[in-house]
Amino acid sequence: MSDNSPRPVPYRGGGFRPVHIRGVGIATFVVLIALIEWGTRAGWISNLTLPRPSDVLITFGDLWQTGLLWAHLLPSLSRLIIGAAMGVSAGIAVGVLIGLFSLIRAGLVPLVAALFPIPKIALLPLFVIWFGIDEGSKYALIALGTFTPTVVSTYGAVDNVDRTLIRMGQSFGLSWWSIVRKIVLPGALPGILSGLRVSIAIGIILLVAAEMLGAQHGIGAYILEAGSLYDLERLFAGVVILSALGVLTSSGIAWVERRLLSWRV
Amino acid sequence: MELRLDAISHRYGDVEVLSDINLTIPEGQIVCIVGPSGCGKSTLLRFLGGLEAPDSGAVLQQGPQPPGCLNPLTYIFQDFALLPWRSVTGNIQLVLEDTNLSRSESRAIIDDVLARTRLTDFRDALPKQLSGGMKQRVAIARALAVTPAVMLMDEPLSALDSQTRELLMDDLISLWERAPFTAVYVTHNLAEAVRLGHRIVVLSRRPGTIQEVVEIDTPLAERRLGDPVLEAHQARLWQVMRDEAAAADAELADV
Repeated sequence: MSDNSPRPVPYRGGGFRPVHIRGVGIATFVVLIALIEWGTRAGWISNLTLPRPSDVLITFGDLWQTGLLWAHLLPSLSRLIIGAAMGVSAGIAVGVLIGLFSLIRAGLVPLVAALFPIPKIALLPLFVIWFGIDEGSKYALIALGTFTPTVVSTYGAVDNVDRTLIRMGQSFGLSWWSIVRKIVLPGALPGILSGLRVSIAIGIILLVAAEMLGAQHGIGAYILEAGSLYDLERLFAGVVILSALGVLTSSGIAWVERRLLSWRV
Repeated sequence: MELRLDAISHRYGDVEVLSDINLTIPEGQIVCIVGPSGCGKSTLLRFLGGLEAPDSGAVLQQGPQPPGCLNPLTYIFQDFALLPWRSVTGNIQLVLEDTNLSRSESRAIIDDVLARTRLTDFRDALPKQLSGGMKQRVAIARALAVTPAVMLMDEPLSALDSQTRELLMDDLISLWERAPFTAVYVTHNLAEAVRLGHRIVVLSRRPGTIQEVVEIDTPLAERRLGDPVLEAHQARLWQVMRDEAAAADAELADV
């Protein structure tokens, strides 16, 4: 090749940019489940290692028909909703206060940092003494578990609100309360919502843990019972419900984000 | 209304940014403040509107406010400072919400300023849908909505490309022609300064002092791109600033 002949400039850009690809997420599940189904039928996965997916589905069908599904799911859902609602709303309130007032920040940030790493489940006996063995202790556990991550993400979100927007509000003589309501809170909403994903996932984990330690009904109790009998089909049916719950809350938040944050670029 | 800076000095920590600034902004004129980067011109503007307080000296306002004035000292920011979650109308509405205007009064104001900035067709658009020039026009409309006594403009055209800048300068001039307003216009762009300024104040590099005040008599409406008188002013201003700018550029930024 002579030096003078024209050569195309090689393309070396592109990539490093996530694009939305439909169906691959579902395909991953389908392939994985099909593989396990095949393995358990062919015998290279023993039925002590993993249950057969079709059996799990049948167990799930039984759960549905006998009405046991709702008997377990409804108490779990109400615990999660009530506990998370308490924890998240308190967390957002405290997080906003930390974001707005330096004195509260100085006082509470170390406290939150001290509470955050405590495995909340370790406190369940204490909560049982404080709030009783019934629902109270479970609410408290889920509330405390969702509270700390919500606080941290909320004050981070408030800190990240564009200061020029706040200066703008001040320069037009808006009241303090107007600035908080109309500039700080909407500006912090994206951060608060993405923090909620983490908080609610933690809430689900704690829900199951609490139900394993003391509950008649609930997904956690159901899984524990199945586990102690080595009934893998029922165990996995319970786990699938939890996964579905996780996917459901995550897509619920995504829906709220699409509704409320359509202004984002 | 007239604004007066009286012996303003200010330091950030050990760094003296402004030293003994005395300046009057007369009513109905646009005063441009130019200077090398870091000379404290934006700080000076924040003093003028009360967003920051100088270490020493006083900022004084004198004379009556225009009728219907809701916010005498009103800023226009370089990065527009529009709320991204509010529409064009919503952004203007924002600054009228804390006043005791009736709903129909504020609607009338919004319609008026949208018409004056030729934004009526875009009233329901979100900021993300607008071009930079359009966003700044929304910010100008928002500033006009409160009938300011003095407009404080902090490099309002610096985030825009040069074509949009020309168009917006024409917009500002026609707004001023129809209803002369008082304004302080901070910029590093000398072409903008000679087009829009009745009076141009040159600040020296840190610590900023007033180096020179240039008055341009040509009426705003007669100033055109490439006007020899303006070009001469611009060349002279650049001569004054050149060494300062070079020296400022070589300094370490530690503010």
